[in-house]
Formats: sequence, structure tokens, C-alpha cells
Amino acid sequence: MSKTAIRVENLGKKYNIGALVVKYPTLRDKISDGFKRHEKNADNFIWALKDVSFEVKEGQVLGVVGRNGAGKSTLLKILSRVTEPTEGLVEIRGRVGSLLEVGTGFHPELTGRENIFLNGAILGMRREEIGSKFDEIVSFAEVEKFIDTPVKRYSSGMYLRLAFAVAAHLEPEILVVDEVLAVGDAEFQKKCLGKMSDVAQQGRTVLFVSHNMSAVLRLTQETLVIDHGQLLMRGPTPEAVDFYLSKGLTQEGQKIWMEDEIATAAKPFRPIAIRVLDKHGGVADTVRSAEPFVIEIEYELGKPLKGLRVGIYLLTTRGEYIFTSFDTDDIKQYEANTVRQAGRYVSRCKIPANLLNEGRYVIGVNASTYLIKRYFQDDQALLFNVDPVGAPGMQWVETRLGTIRPVLNWQIENYESGEMRHGK
Amino acid sequence: MSAMNEPRTITIKPSTGWAALNLKDLWDYRELIYFFTWRDLKVRYKQTLLGASWAVLQPVLTMVVFSIFFGGLAKVPSDGVPYPIFSYTALLPWTLFSKALQDASRSLVSSANIISKVYFPRLILPISSTLAGLVDFAIAFVVLLLMMVFYGIHPTANLWLLPLLILLALITAIGVSLWLSALNVMYRDVGHMLPFLNQFWMYITPIAYSSSIVPEKWRFVYALNPLTGVVEGFRWALLGTGEGPGITLLISSCIAILITISGLFYFRRMERKFADLV
Repeated sequence: MSKTAIRVENLGKKYNIGALVVKYPTLRDKISDGFKRHEKNADNFIWALKDVSFEVKEGQVLGVVGRNGAGKSTLLKILSRVTEPTEGLVEIRGRVGSLLEVGTGFHPELTGRENIFLNGAILGMRREEIGSKFDEIVSFAEVEKFIDTPVKRYSSGMYLRLAFAVAAHLEPEILVVDEVLAVGDAEFQKKCLGKMSDVAQQGRTVLFVSHNMSAVLRLTQETLVIDHGQLLMRGPTPEAVDFYLSKGLTQEGQKIWMEDEIATAAKPFRPIAIRVLDKHGGVADTVRSAEPFVIEIEYELGKPLKGLRVGIYLLTTRGEYIFTSFDTDDIKQYEANTVRQAGRYVSRCKIPANLLNEGRYVIGVNASTYLIKRYFQDDQALLFNVDPVGAPGMQWVETRLGTIRPVLNWQIENYESGEMRHGK
Repeated sequence: MSAMNEPRTITIKPSTGWAALNLKDLWDYRELIYFFTWRDLKVRYKQTLLGASWAVLQPVLTMVVFSIFFGGLAKVPSDGVPYPIFSYTALLPWTLFSKALQDASRSLVSSANIISKVYFPRLILPISSTLAGLVDFAIAFVVLLLMMVFYGIHPTANLWLLPLLILLALITAIGVSLWLSALNVMYRDVGHMLPFLNQFWMYITPIAYSSSIVPEKWRFVYALNPLTGVVEGFRWALLGTGEGPGITLLISSCIAILITISGLFYFRRMERKFADLV
């Protein structure tokens, strides 16, 4: 039926860590090293991508999921020709447009009108092409009134809408989308998702990279799971998402962060581990719905931090949020912990009995100061199971719908006898 | 970049050794050269008090200082024409060259955010930075015409050489900045070196003085600086001083072309690393 739009074969990309850490070697270093070739040390480089092969058919919408640093961005950069692979081959039929460069080349001093033309040209549109789509872009971005105002006077929302509008009207044969949906207000996000579905329905190929599992589930039929630069699996999206969320994340109910998983921007916050503890205080990957359990986060502060809050997100494996909670939500805790001194900490959260239904859940971690800085975030830190033993309704062997399973007080009245009986 | 009915297939694979120049790609993206040049022009004098007068002020004020100290006090010979116009004629192509060199050498690093996100032939950046200088040149040229009227100097029939000389100045600027901009991506030393290089180069170019003071036997070495040929040519074409295009201009042109061709290959070789290093 359809032809191959993207063919990737044994793709690999090697980064020299030395060059990343000492970002700019000076000419003097080079001279004092006598221009000698550095010995190839095995520790000196990492493979951001290794032996990745896959094909995408024309008109297919393919999801790409993976943790931070898994190699997703590297893959997209190679596909959009920003950087060259170290080995392997990619064949692409048609023009690649990507929404990962929303607003690239926008100049603050230029007006909206001028930036549409400049940005369009940078993205590879021709002048007539931009001209013919100009009105459409402006009305999509809803900036008609400000089109001759320098974009530095735009609100961040307007700026983003305009930037997205230009990229979205590029109409390439292949569209690459990376996390644009993380920005903008809910209304605009809806619009972006709508635009993406349009693009897919017009028979164009879309590569959709996201941490938002519900968006991936909604927009794609097939998904690639990438981890540590390797393609772990490709399959129907629901299976791939479940695999991604459960894959190796449960290490007997605890997750210990390795040094390379923590961005340098997290400093002075250093996450150590997150665990699920059952009611006896043991680390467990399965807890009972009818019993309370504890989620604890262990971390270290390199220096005192003011206003820090450490918290969790609880999500379903479909990526829907159940709740968010921080250790200083309580006003007394908040006032008692305005400044946390350097040192090692554990933030412990007790989850009451009879809250969650049976199933699998994902815990995300966030350490931040409100409106100032997000030190650390891991959206899929740990996965655990909830067992229904002892929960209400277990006399029937069936899977209950819903994410929560509270114990509720029911009353059953019999009008004929006129008496009221209380249900237990 | 062109609208395609039948999408063409692009193959991406690691390149080895010296890359082909791939000037066709550059041609496909020619509109982007226009847009970058246009952006540089639009933005250059935004939020300034004096606006485009800066294009004139720079060479004019330099000329005034030169005229007072070199022409007036040090009595530097000026080949029989008034010293102000003698130095201004040289300052015109020099300002064009030096501005282009400064902007183009920094062009890759200052566009780091675009380079790390979008593909386009990177050659476009130094080229469009260089071209943006032409408008300033044109404005400053008007002042020269006024000065010629004031001093009663009639342009000679040698004017035909002028466009070629401007081209030579631009080619030299592009050639040198191809090397420097690519080096700047890896070694930020280039940024520190530029002001010094600029000053140094100005002294070895016959701007404040006439090249006739250079001893005959050193003329050959002196002509290795392509700007010598440009400046001498400008004075010959506009003021009728010195000699017409000869061996000096030939040497200058050859050097400029050599620098540019080697720069093109070096730039293309380094291009694949730009996005990772910048």
C-alpha cells in the first residue's frame, strides 16, 4: 500500500564526553597538547544512540517515548539533519518539518509580520508559500491586532502561538513533534493537538515524541520505546506505553538514581532513592488496597535551600494524573521548613488505606521552589502494583472500573416494609 | 526547499574526510541569504538615537582624526590630493571589510540557537553577514561623492574597476571569516583575537599613508595583503593617484581567492560538528 517515508538503519551517534564537559578547549590547550591525537579512551565517549533501526510508512503517526537522556532528541536531530550520525544510514522521502524548533530565529526587535517571513524561511518555506499562508497563520495564532508590533512586546502566550502557527503551516511531508504540548494554556494545547490530527489525517507522516502518555495514546497507533540509546521495542501504542512505564522501573519497589540520570541543573538537590513501603515498613512492589502504605523520597542537599518542596505525582499507566502532593502542603510543615540546611533528608508520605483500586500506578517526583526553580523532576520514577485483597466488593471476582476504591457507606431502604435497615 | 510534487529522497549518513562544497544546496536556500541579510539590516540600527548615521559617522570621524594627526601634524604625504579625501577613499573599503569580518566571524556563534535546531547550509550565515555591510558602504559612499564635489575632484574613467574592487574586498572578508567563524565554534579565542586582528590589519593596509612609502623591494610582500590591492585600486579609480591595476592587484586577488577556496573547504569539513559544539 504505502511507501516507506523514513528508513533508519543501524543508526548510531557518539558524543565525546570530554568535549561536553570541557566545552571549549582553548587554542592554547591544543598547542600545549602538541596537537597530538587524544588516545581513544573507552570512558571518553558515550553512545547517545546505538544500532537503532526502524521504518515508518507514509501517513503513519508514530509515537516515540523514552526517559530523559534516552536518545530521543538525538534521533530527532539526526532526522532533521541538524547533526550527523556517527554510523548508520537514514533515508527520508520528502521534506522534514519539525515542531521542536518552535520560534527558532524569531528576532525580538522584528514585528510579528517580519518574523513570520524570517521564521518561515529558516524552516525552509519559500517566500510565495509564506505569503499565501500568511493570513491563515495570523488567524491561527490570534495575533491580528499585534501583527505590526515587535514581538518583544508580545506576551509569552502570543509569542508561542505565533511561533507554533508558523511551524504548523510548514506542511512538510514528514512532521516531527517534540514536547510542544508542554507549553501554552489548555485552550492552545487543544488547538495544537487538533492541528496534529489534521496533519495526520491529510496522510502525512508524523513522529510524535512526548512524555505525555495520554497524548501519545490518543494520537498514535504505534510507538517506539527508546532507552539508553537503544530501541527496546516497537508495538501498538497501548502495549508500548505499558511496557515503557513498567520496564525495569520496579527494582523491588525502589528506584535508586544513578549519577548519569540526574541533570547538572538539579544541583544542589541530589535525589538518592524513592521507595514504596508496605504497612510493615518493608520495601514492596505490591501493596494492598485495604492497607495503608508509605512512599518515601530520599535526597541530599548540597547547600541550604529556601522554600524547597519535594512532592509526588501519582499517575495511572495510561498517564492520567490521580493527584499531586508536596511535603510542605500542610501550613505547619511549610512554616517549619522554610529553609532546609545542607544534608541528607527523607520525605515520607503516608497513603491511607482504601484509596486506590487494584492496578498499576506510576509515581513521579518533583523537587522545586514555587515559581522560582524546578530542581528535579522524574515523571516516571517508580511503578508499583495495588492488590485488591481485603478491599470492599471482593466477594465478586471482577475487575472494578476506576482508579480509586474507597470504602463508602451505603444505606439500603425497603419502602414496602417501611423500616430502615442500615447496611454495613 | 522547493515545493515538491514527488518528494525527493534524502540520505543521511556519516561523512568522512573533505566534504563536497555542495553549492547546489546553497542555491536552493538562496532566499534565506536574502532573509538573513534583510534581518541584519532591519535590526542593526533599531533603538539607536542616530540610526543609519552610524554608517557615516564611523569612517568620517576616523578621517577627521587621521587628517589632524597624520595629515596635519605628522605631514604624511598623500600623493598630491587633499589628505581628508585621500584617507576617506581608503576608509570606505576598509570599513566595509572590517565590519564584514567582525560580523561574519561571529555569525555562527551568535546564531547558535538556530544552528542547533534547524538544518540549512551554514555557509549562509557568514555570507549574509558580509552582504549586510554593503548598505552601510553605499551610505558612506554618498559622503565621498559630496567630498569630491567639495574638493573639485572629477572621477576618472577608471571607475569601471570599482565594482570589482568591492567584490575583492567582500571575497577577502568572506574567505577570512570562513576560517575564523568555523574556528570560533571550537575555540572562543577567536572572539578575543578579532579586535586585535582588526587593528593590526588596519596598520598594514595603506589607509593613513600611501603605499608609495613602502620600499620597492618590499612591495611584493606588501601586496600579499589583499586589502592593499583594494585600497590602492580605490584611490586609482576615484582620485587618479598611483598606478592602475597591475601586479599588486593580481597578487591581492590571488591571495583572496586562495583564502576563500581553502576557507570553503575547511568550513564544509567542520560544518558537521557545528551543532554539537556551538
